[in-house]
Amino acid sequence: MDAVSNLDVAFSALADPTRRTILARLAKGEATVTELAAPFEMTQPAISQHLKVLEDAGLVVCRVDGTKRPRRLARAGVDAMDQWLAMLRKALERNYDRLDEVLASMEKQKRGEKR
Amino acid sequence: MNKMTLQTEGDTHIVVTRRFAAPPEAVYRAHTDPKRVQKWMLGPEGWTMPVCISEAKPGGKIRYEWSNGKGAGFHLTGEYLELEPYSRLVHVERMHLPDTTPDNHVETSFDPEGTGTLMTMRMTLPDAQTRAAMLATGMERGMEASYVRLEGMI
Repeated sequence: MDAVSNLDVAFSALADPTRRTILARLAKGEATVTELAAPFEMTQPAISQHLKVLEDAGLVVCRVDGTKRPRRLARAGVDAMDQWLAMLRKALERNYDRLDEVLASMEKQKRGEKR
Repeated sequence: MNKMTLQTEGDTHIVVTRRFAAPPEAVYRAHTDPKRVQKWMLGPEGWTMPVCISEAKPGGKIRYEWSNGKGAGFHLTGEYLELEPYSRLVHVERMHLPDTTPDNHVETSFDPEGTGTLMTMRMTLPDAQTRAAMLATGMERGMEASYVRLEGMI
């Protein structure tokens, strides 16, 4: 999968509130499915299904620890989204910086008319 | 002072705020007068807006065409729904990439703050999937797609 379609899958994965909450929890550290299911009125299979979506999107990884399978955030996937958003954010900020210049020249023009 | 914020809100909204040194009337005009829009709503470096139509009246048409000067381009169409000079604008817009994206309903308010303006733009997408797709494919104004730091989402 190329980087862009990866991002598409990642953003789609974030379109669900339960999955966003799971990510927020994992941002604080590793957790098992049981721990992740606790705040929700959901069965563990339902939570596992959400985790699979997050894993397929490259946002969560699984570790084997005896019989446990703790999940944690996949740094690379989260960083890729962060970088993408930072780039878009920068383009938007650039727009508004240009708007500042347009507004400054409007003010100048206005002052000129009053003279 | 000019720092921009951008956040997701609920499952379908994206909210952007930005402060400007100029009064609301000037910021409003810079958002509705095509000759002015053409000067700033350009997104990444190197892009221009050769076509800019903005009929600032209820039902008035919006059409922005962007070009990178190397043969790549896309456009946006929309309609104004409500205009309250110089405090509030409501419009719908959609991108043509060339596939048409679902309608984005945008409400922009311009509130006086000291001698300047606090602009708040609240976008509403039809559903969470559309917002996700918009964030992932982002282009328009360098943004539409853009908004949102990850903290806003998780």
